[in-house]
Amino acid sequence: MAEYKLELRGVSKSFPGVKALDKVNLAVRPGSVLALMGENGAGKSTLMKCLFGIYHMDEGEIYLDGKKVVIDNPDEAARHGIAMVHQELQPIPARSIGENMYLGRFPLKEYGPIKMIDHKTMYEETEKWLKELGLEYNPRALLSTLSIGQMQLVEIAKAVSHEAKVIIFDEPTSSLSDNEVDFLFKIMNQLRDRGVAMIYISHKMDEIKRIADDIQVMRDGTYVGTWPAAELSTEDIISKMVGRELTQIYPEHDHEIGEVILEAEHLSSIHEKSFRDCSFNIRKGEILGFGGLVGAQRTELMEGLFGIRHLSEGTIKIHGKEVKITKSKDAMDAKLGMITEDRRGNGIFGCLSIKDNVGISIYNKHLKSGFVLDHPTINKIVDDSITQLSIKTPSMNQHIANLSGGNQQKVIVSRWLANDPDILIMDEPTRGIDIGAKHEIYEIMENLAKQGKAIIMISSEMPELLGMADRVYVMCNGKITGEIDQREEMTQENVMRYATQF
Amino acid sequence: MQKTQKQKIVDFLINNGVIIVMFILVIYTGLTTNNFLTKNNFMNLLANMSYRLVIALGISGAVITGGCDLSGGRMVGFGACIAGTLLQKVEYGGRFFKEGFMASITPLNPFVVLILVMIICGCFGAVTGWFIAFLHVPPFISTLAMMEIIYGLGLIYTGATPLGGYIEGYTNFAKPGLLGINWLVWMALAMAGITWFIYNMTRHGKYMYAIGGNKQAAEVAGVPVKLTMILIYAKASAFFAMAGFMLGAKAGGASINTGLSYEMEGIAACALGGVSVTGGRGKVSSAIIGVAVLELLKVALQFLGVDANSQYIAIGIVIFVAISLDIRKYVQKK
Repeated sequence: MAEYKLELRGVSKSFPGVKALDKVNLAVRPGSVLALMGENGAGKSTLMKCLFGIYHMDEGEIYLDGKKVVIDNPDEAARHGIAMVHQELQPIPARSIGENMYLGRFPLKEYGPIKMIDHKTMYEETEKWLKELGLEYNPRALLSTLSIGQMQLVEIAKAVSHEAKVIIFDEPTSSLSDNEVDFLFKIMNQLRDRGVAMIYISHKMDEIKRIADDIQVMRDGTYVGTWPAAELSTEDIISKMVGRELTQIYPEHDHEIGEVILEAEHLSSIHEKSFRDCSFNIRKGEILGFGGLVGAQRTELMEGLFGIRHLSEGTIKIHGKEVKITKSKDAMDAKLGMITEDRRGNGIFGCLSIKDNVGISIYNKHLKSGFVLDHPTINKIVDDSITQLSIKTPSMNQHIANLSGGNQQKVIVSRWLANDPDILIMDEPTRGIDIGAKHEIYEIMENLAKQGKAIIMISSEMPELLGMADRVYVMCNGKITGEIDQREEMTQENVMRYATQF
Repeated sequence: MQKTQKQKIVDFLINNGVIIVMFILVIYTGLTTNNFLTKNNFMNLLANMSYRLVIALGISGAVITGGCDLSGGRMVGFGACIAGTLLQKVEYGGRFFKEGFMASITPLNPFVVLILVMIICGCFGAVTGWFIAFLHVPPFISTLAMMEIIYGLGLIYTGATPLGGYIEGYTNFAKPGLLGINWLVWMALAMAGITWFIYNMTRHGKYMYAIGGNKQAAEVAGVPVKLTMILIYAKASAFFAMAGFMLGAKAGGASINTGLSYEMEGIAACALGGVSVTGGRGKVSSAIIGVAVLELLKVALQFLGVDANSQYIAIGIVIFVAISLDIRKYVQKK
C-alpha cells in the first residue's frame, strides 16, 4: 500500500496572461486531514478544479494509491472515489433529500423495456447513509426544509454515500453555526477512523488547529510547503501564506486628507449572517481601504451603505447631518457613487453604447423644458470623460461590450464621476483587468483623492490594499475586526491577523 | 481582403435577410400578378398596418424590458367597445345607452372619447405594471391575468352584444384624409413619432433600455426601475386602447372579440423587426419593419393564390427563420 492515498505532482496551469499554478504538489495520507491554506487567489480552488478535471492541467500527474490516473471530468473523479463538498452548494431545494443524494444515479427497477425509478430503494439507502452519520432527517422531506448548514451535512452524506475515499471540503463552515461545526468535525473524525483521506480548505485558524493533521500552504500559485499541524503556530502560518514583497506599481501618495465627511454607525444587515454593528468614517481626500477574506461581507456592507441592501439598524451621517438612504437614488443625492464588484452582473449595460452607460446616472439632470434630454450637453460630458480617463474607443456610440475589461471599468468610473460624487465606493476596482489598466485605475484614484474626493476601496488583493490605502479597516465574518491607520503598521501580517479573527 | 469582402456581403445578407426576402417576394408578386402594385392595394395595406403598428409600438416597450404583454388583444377589444358605446348615433335602433344620463350625453366628441379610452385602459395597464414592479409577478403571468380580467369586464359591460351604428365623426377616422392617405395611417405615424421621441429624447426611454439591458445595474445606477415599469405597461395599454378605437372606426362596429390575439402579431412583428426578446435592444423602426413584413407577406401570399389556411404556416416559418438569423448576431459574439 502506498503511503499516500492521493498525490498530485508538479501541477501547472496557465490562463491567458496568468500562471495560476506553477508546479504544485499535494499529498494526503489515508485517514488524515490535510488543511490547504493560502490567501485569496493563491490557487487553491484552481488546484481542486484541476483534480476534478474541470480544468485541464497543462502539466502534472495524479496518483491514486500510488497508481497514475487521468481524470478528465467530475464524473470520472466520482468513479475514482473522489468527492467534494462545495463552498457554494448546488442542490435542488425544491426536491426531496433522497432525490438530491441520488441525482444522476437514481436506482432503477426494470419492467422489461421500461425503466422506472425505484423510490423505495432510494429512500431506504438515503436513510441508511444519513443514519450512519447520525443525521435524523426524513429522506422524503424537501431539502428546502433544512437550514443551509444541514444541507451541507446532507452534501457530506452524499459524498460518503459515493463511498468516497478522498473527500474535499471547500470552506464548509462558512455558513455553519458553532454546533454544526462541532457536528461536522465529529463526522470528519469518524471518516478519519475509516481511512478516508480528506482535504480541508479554510481560512479559519482555530478550526485548522482542531481538525488538521498536516498543513499545506500555497502562495501565488506556488507550493510553499507542507508541515505537521502541531509544528506550526498561527503566526507561522500567516507569515508563510503572505511572505512576499510589494511591487511598486502604486502612485505616490500625494493627496491631502481633510475633515470627516461620512460617518456610519452601527450598520447592521437585516440578515443575521451578514454584516453586523459596523461603524466607520471617512475623510475628505482619503483613500480608505476595506480588507478581509472573501465572504467577510465587505461588499454587502457597502451595498447597505449605498441603499441597495436593507439595514436593520444604523445611522449614516454626511457632513455631520444624518441622511436616510433606502435606495441608490438617495445615496446619489447624498453625493455617493458606487462601482460594483461584479462588473458584468450589475455594472455595465452590455448591449448599450458607451454614451448610455455613462449617461444613465445624469439623464435626469440635463433636461430641456423639463423633459427633453439635452443631448449636446450630455455628449460633451461623455466626450470629456473619454478623453480625461483615456478610454480607448473609436466613438461614444460603441457598444460597451466591445471594450476591454479595463476600459469598461473606466466607463463605469466616468458614469459616477459625471454625477460629481464626494464619496466614491470602489468594490474590487481592478478585478479582472490587466496590469497596465490597473495602473491607470490607480492613477485615477490618486487624482480623485487629490481633488478632495473620498474613496472607499474594497480589495482582496493585499498588495493593492496596502499600496493604495491611507487607512484600512479589516472585516471578518460580518464585523469590523480592526482599523489600521498608521502606514508603518499596515502590513500583510496585521491585516491577516484581523481578517481571521472569527 | 477578398475574403473579408465576401464576409461582409454574407453579414449584410444575414443581418437584413428578412427585408431582402420581403423585397424579392414583393417584386415577384408585382411582376407575376395584376393589381398588386396598385395605389388602391397599397392604401389598403397601409390602413391594415396602421392599428397593428400602434399595437406593436405599445408592446415594444414591454419587449425591450425583457417582458411581453398578453393583455394586448383583449385590451384592444375593451377599448373598441368603450369607444363604440360612447359614439353611437342617437337614431340608431340598437343603441347601447337607451335612456338615462349616458343616453343624453352620448354621442360624445370622438377626440374626447379617444383620450378617455386611452386613460381608462392606461389605468388598467398601470395596475399590471404595479404587480410586475412591486410584487415581482413575471410579465407573462401578470399580463395574462389582466387579459382575463379585461375580458370579463368587457363581457359584463357590453353584455356580449356587438356594437354598431357609429356617428360619421367616428367612422370618418377610417376615411382618406390629408394627401389622400387614410387618417388611421396618419394616427399611426403620429404614434410612431411620439414613441420615437419617448425612446430617444426622454429619460423614460433611456431608463427603459437600461432596465432591459441589465436590471441590477439599473438599480445600482439610480434608475427608478419600479416607476419605469409601471409607465411602460400603462403606456402599452393606452396604445392598445387607441388601436381599438382605430379598429372600431375602420370596421364601423366592435364586439368584445375585436382585436383578439393581435398581441401575438404585435410580439411577432417586434421580434421580426429586431426588437431583442431578451431585452435591451429595439427601435421604433424595428416595429415598423416587423409590421410591414408581416402584412406584406399576408397580402403577397393572398395575391399569389396561397389559400388563407396555408398562409399561417408561411408566417410561422418566416418567424422561425427570421428570429434564428437575428439571434445569431448576438449569440456569436459571446
